[in-house]
Order: sequence, then structure tokens, then C-alpha cells
Amino acid sequence: MNVAKRTFDAVIVGAGGAGLRAALQLSESGMKTAVLTKVFPTRSHTVAAQGGVAASLGNTTEDNWHWHMYDTVKGSDWLGDQDAIEFMCRKANEVVVELEHYGMPFDRTDNGKIYQRPFGGHSQNYGQAPVSRSCAAADRTGHAMLHALYQRNVRANTQFFVEWMALDLIRDADGDVLGVTAIEMETGEVCIFHAKATIFATGGAGRIFHSSTNAFINTGDGLGMAARAGVPLEDMEFWQFHPTGVFGAGVLITEGVRGEGGILRNASGERFMERYAPNLKDLASRDVVSRSMVTEINEGRGCGPDKDHVLLDITHLSPETIMKRLPGIREISIQFAGVDPIKAPIPVVPTAHYQMGGIPTNFKGQVVAPKDGNQNSPISGFYAAGECACASVHGANRLGTNSLLDLLVFGKSAGESVVEDFQSGQLSLKPLPADAADVSLARLARLEGQKNGESVFEVGLEMRRTMQKHAGVFRFDNLLKEGVARIKEVAERAKRTEIKDKSKVWNTARTEALELDNLIEVAKATMVSAEARKESRGAHVRDDSPDTAEFPNGRKDNEWLKHTLWYSEGNRLDYKPVTMKPLSQDVEPIALAKRTY
Amino acid sequence: MSKRTVKLKMYRYDPDKDDKPYMQDYTLELEPSDKKLLDALVRLKSKDDTLSFRRSCREGVCGSDAMNINGKNGLACLTDIDGLPQPIVLRPLPGLPVIRDLIVDMTQFFKQYHSIKPYLINDTPLPDRERLQSPEEREELNGLYECILCACCSTSCPSFWWNPDKFVGPAGLLAAYRFLADTRDEATTERLDNLEDPYRLFRCHSIMNCVDVCPKSLNPTRAIGKIKDMMVSRAV
Repeated sequence: MNVAKRTFDAVIVGAGGAGLRAALQLSESGMKTAVLTKVFPTRSHTVAAQGGVAASLGNTTEDNWHWHMYDTVKGSDWLGDQDAIEFMCRKANEVVVELEHYGMPFDRTDNGKIYQRPFGGHSQNYGQAPVSRSCAAADRTGHAMLHALYQRNVRANTQFFVEWMALDLIRDADGDVLGVTAIEMETGEVCIFHAKATIFATGGAGRIFHSSTNAFINTGDGLGMAARAGVPLEDMEFWQFHPTGVFGAGVLITEGVRGEGGILRNASGERFMERYAPNLKDLASRDVVSRSMVTEINEGRGCGPDKDHVLLDITHLSPETIMKRLPGIREISIQFAGVDPIKAPIPVVPTAHYQMGGIPTNFKGQVVAPKDGNQNSPISGFYAAGECACASVHGANRLGTNSLLDLLVFGKSAGESVVEDFQSGQLSLKPLPADAADVSLARLARLEGQKNGESVFEVGLEMRRTMQKHAGVFRFDNLLKEGVARIKEVAERAKRTEIKDKSKVWNTARTEALELDNLIEVAKATMVSAEARKESRGAHVRDDSPDTAEFPNGRKDNEWLKHTLWYSEGNRLDYKPVTMKPLSQDVEPIALAKRTY
Repeated sequence: MSKRTVKLKMYRYDPDKDDKPYMQDYTLELEPSDKKLLDALVRLKSKDDTLSFRRSCREGVCGSDAMNINGKNGLACLTDIDGLPQPIVLRPLPGLPVIRDLIVDMTQFFKQYHSIKPYLINDTPLPDRERLQSPEEREELNGLYECILCACCSTSCPSFWWNPDKFVGPAGLLAAYRFLADTRDEATTERLDNLEDPYRLFRCHSIMNCVDVCPKSLNPTRAIGKIKDMMVSRAV
């Protein structure tokens, strides 16, 4: 089969917040750039972010980046790299102010500054009191941000390839990255995008779980492509379960609801978070709140006839506050829970939300992997940012509002690195290997010719159920072991999926089959990494590593203060040290301590 | 308990094999968790994978799954199955070229959106920090910035059906007013000039189909009226 080839200085895969922010750097520098996206840019999942983006602007309460950095390191349960965390927290004001300059419609304080609200795990003075750090546009911050970034890209004449799905990463014999193969959904045409630099900004893979806040498109395409091309995935055992997904529907209810004063209650109406986090209460870190909720449910204090959820109560807030600050949440509650939160509390349950791990990068957005004794050797031509990447700033648990900050800071940083490497002549257009498109063509041919296979839906369902049961909020040694075996079985079944739709035009069955290939890589990485990490840390809490005097919270720093690296080939694991040293001399390393809120 | 079933009548067209479009009847057994029309479509697709439609967030913010539902444009993810008259007749958004099944070619729609320069224009040197804007000034953007570009409005507008190449349409005009109403934007004259012709703005005859179908309860007609007011006041 003859494969068309397009050549660019850079190709960006994904047009959510990170991809669009990176694209701006490239377009404004004059680089010839292609942005590939499965969906029209404003349909990317950044659009669904609600509560805000973190920056220590200090518009309503005193704040500074040192406090933000401390909160982020503590939130990460010390698994975050302190150089990247310092970098992100120090850049926060700059990238948020830039968004305002792009036209983002932030809410405003009475004196005209960007409105800020409290959020979970964010504090003043190293954990002393809640701080208003989340810069918000009502409860539609992601929507306002994504549209502002898209609009700025329209102004910058960024070249988009809309409804193109990237299939595989192209690497040469040196391991350098030379671009991607991609398929145009409207025509079924496969094309090589040959480029000096490739940036992955493909978002998360929350769809590995049965109950998820994530969009259908969040299928970990970048992770699947990277893994198949031999790039390791970092810290994939760490998944955030957001405390407040709508019970039954999974749709997100922002933590900003609690930031505005919302309270979680059990069946007897008790504000149970007072028992688990006496200081920050309902605004404790997400992993802590989710576990507390599940504990309430497991101990019989859940709500409803089946005692299987808890209630998020804002009936004590004034209707004006709800209409002004949380209008989208009110719509969602009415739509998906059948409840007007002005009158009655919202039924909620912890729901898979965010992948802390991803493609390993440094703070410059360069993808790194162990090579020749260097644990963090950059892969030439390859960059990543946003949820698909692991810088690592979120470590074992992400703080709310740090995801939008992550995609801005590292989207920009990856873009800047590409421009820098391009202008300094470090990047060249290396010749394509003769077999550059073979892997992709073989995958498509396999799907085209598969007989007596299983449906993509059935295999996907089995994967989602397995992940939900075996790698949930609380983890158990026996379930994890069994989960590893089960997910391997599912992965085998995924190799024989069959689609009935053979059309070239807008074949969504084919898209979903290709997406399942990517999800499966993520599911394997998650289960294998989780089974192996024999400690409790952040979002990864095991029954066989409980809170003891010797190991507070079950965290075993002597053995497990290290990043996991999972390789697809052979389901192999490797580890690398956590960077405890900040980027500059301006701040001391945040010393290990027991995490309490 | 007996299973809920639903009857659907769907517009089908695959240019790869069909000479012309046709309507296909389905009877679908629902699971208790299937509440929205999109849930039913996803379930149906698990049984017939040739059925093509766009979808993503399934919560009404991405704007992917706009379609014509029993004659009225809406988002499948925000439409309750219960209460919909059956058979539920599903067609692609009217007035745009159909690519396949419920998937339309939105090029013309986005071209009009892009034509109004949908970005803030302000050439004043930037301050180090955010520009100031009072809560009252910011309030002017409510009801404008929330648009999700689903195209329910423009594809329900007879004026847009007749002149999709010349009339900006409700979505594009809502966006135009979003920037005109922003105290930070300095391009008022340029923006009004850009709309000053017999078609781009003035083809709106206040039919108000746009208001009727907007899944975000926005009011493009009102925004268009405000632009017309601005045109009038600068003329006198």
C-alpha cells in the first residue's frame, strides 16, 4: 500500500489544553506545525474541567509559590519530582495571566482581579489554613480556557488536522522519533507525518475504568503509541478517584463545590470528613476524601436504599451563590442526578478521574528514558505534555486545579523546548525508515481481515470491569495478583477483535478498535505496576501495607521512594529515583513527613 | 421487572456502499442505567457497529453529539429517553452536507465562526499582571462565552439554510457579540464593519429557532439584536 507523506517542522498530537498551548509557541515562532486531533479542538476533554487553575496570585488571600510547592509535594505523597514542581509553581502566575491576556473570561473580584476560590489540599503557610488559589471562570474554567486557547490559535493561524487519529510513533534505528502515522477519519486515508519534533498531548486514559468522569475520547492514545514503540510508562499505578462523581452517571461535580462551602454527609447527616481530616475537612486532598467516603460506605453509613453513595450538600448556600459560582453544577445535578442542589443534596461516589502517571518527561517537556546509565536520557525529537505526560508533578496524588496548571506550564515548556532545539539546529529531519508505516498498516489489515473475532465492545467491557474491580480506590494483594492475570487474558482477546463495519468513510468501529489497543496498554501498565508496588502511597493504598508506627500511612520510603517504569515488551518493570532536589537554590527540599490534613 | 425497549428510526447513509440515504428501524432493549438518548445510541452501536455518530464528553460541554431528534435539534447526551415520543426519529443536523449517518460536514459552520475573528483584539501594551475588569463588566459575557459550538442553533435557522456561505448564523454572531461586549476588546469598529452587509448580520429575521434549540439555554437572537443596536447607534 502506498502511504502518503506530509513533512513538517513539528507535529503535535492532541488539541486539548496542552496541545493548544504548545501549538501557540510553535505557530508564533514561525515553525511549520501540524496539530492532529481526533475531535474538533474545542471538543477535547479539557473542556470538562470545572473548578479552576492554580496560581498563587494572592488576589483574595495571601499566597506565594513556596506554599503552593509545599502543598503539591505533600499532595504527591513525596513522589513528585521537586525540580518539576518548583518549575510549575513558579510559572503559574505567568501562564494564568497570559490566559487573561488571551481573553479568557475569568470571574472577577470586586477590585477587578481574577477571582480565586479555595480547593482541596491547597493551603496557606504550609498546611495551616485553606487558601484561595484556584483561578476560576464560574464552574466552567476548562471550557473558558480551551476556547480561549483555541481562539488564540485561530489568531496565530495554527494548522489543524481535525478528525485525524494518530496511529503509531515512528522511531528509527537510533531510537529517535521521526513523527507519527495517522488516519483521516473522513476518508480512511493513512498518512505519515514526518517531522523534526513530535509533541504528544493526547490526554488521559480514564476509560480503562468502568466508572469514570472521562470523555469517550480519553483512550490513552499517546500512551499506547509510546508503549508500543518501546517507551516506558511512569507511575501508572497512580490513578485519581475524584470524590464527587454523580452517583450512577459518573459525571464530574467539581471540588469547587466544596471550595464554595459544600459539605459531604453520610446517611445520618454527619459531616464525616471532620473525623478523617480535622484541619482541612472536606477540602482535604482528593485521595484522602475518596478513601474516607468509601470507608463510610463500607462501614454501612452510605446513603440510599443500598447505602452505596454519600451526599454532597450545598443547600445551606444561598441560591444566588449557587447560580453565580456553580451554575454548571446545578445543570449537571438536574440533568444527571435529577436533583436541584439548591433544594436537595447531590448523590455522589468516588469516580476514576485522572492518571497521575504517563510518558516520562523532564520539566522541559522532553521525553526521557533510561539509556547508557542515564535514567533520564532525552529521546531525540520526542516531547510530551499534559495528562499523557509524567513530569512528574503529581506523584502519587494530584491536587485539584494542578491539572490545568500542568497543561499550561508544560504545554508551553514543551513548545519552548522544541523552538529552542529547532533554532539551535539540534533537530534535523532524519530519513524515514523504509518500514515507517508497516506497524500501522498491519494493525489496519488485521482489523480488515479478522474473522470469528470478538466485538470491541465486549472486550472493552471486560477490561473496564476488570480494572474497576481489581485496581480501585482500595487495593488488595490477592485482587491485584488476579487482576494481572485477567488483564493479560483481556489483552490477548483484544488482539482478535472483529468489526463488521468495513467502510472507509468515518468508520467509528475501526476507531474504537484502534483505541482499545491503546487502552489495553494503559490497563496492563496500571495493573502490573500496582501489583508490584508493595506499599501504600497517595492514591495507591494496599490492604497489606497499613498505617503503622514504623510506616506511617503504610508508606515505605526506605524501599519505595522511587518511580515505576513499565515497559510493554514482556510487561517488564524498572525503577528510577525521585528527584528530591528543587530546581534552584531559592528553596530547600521539602523533607519527607507523614501526610495528614 | 420487564425490560424497557425503545423504537428508533435512524437516518443511514454510507457513501462507500449506499447509493442514497434511507431510514432504518431499530428496536432496542435498554439497561436500567440507560437514561439519555446517547446511552441508547452507544448501546445500539454495541449491537450494530456500522452506526456512525460523533460523541465525546457525554455531559453537554463538548458539543459533539448534536443531531435532529424527532424533528428538533439537540444534544443526545442531554436528552432523556423516557418521555420521547417513539419511534425516536434521528437525523443529522439539517442544512449541512451529510458525510455518513448522523455525521455532518461542519466546515461551513466553522468557517462562519472563524470569519468573525473569534479572539480578543487589544493592541495596548500588556500589564505584568491581569487586566482589570469589574464584576459588572464581566457579567456582560454571561450567556455568551458558554457556547459549545454544537451547531444546533445555526442548523435550525432558515436564514442559515438559505445562505450558509453569506449569513454568519446565530453561533457565529453570538461569538461576535461576545467580543463586542468584552471591555478588554478594542476592535469594535472593525468588528461592526465586518458585519455591515446585507447578509452577514441582517439576514437574521428573529425567527428564534436558535433560542428554542440551544442546549445551553443561550439566546443568540438577543445578542444579534444588541449588535444591530450597536450598528444603529454608530450610524446616528
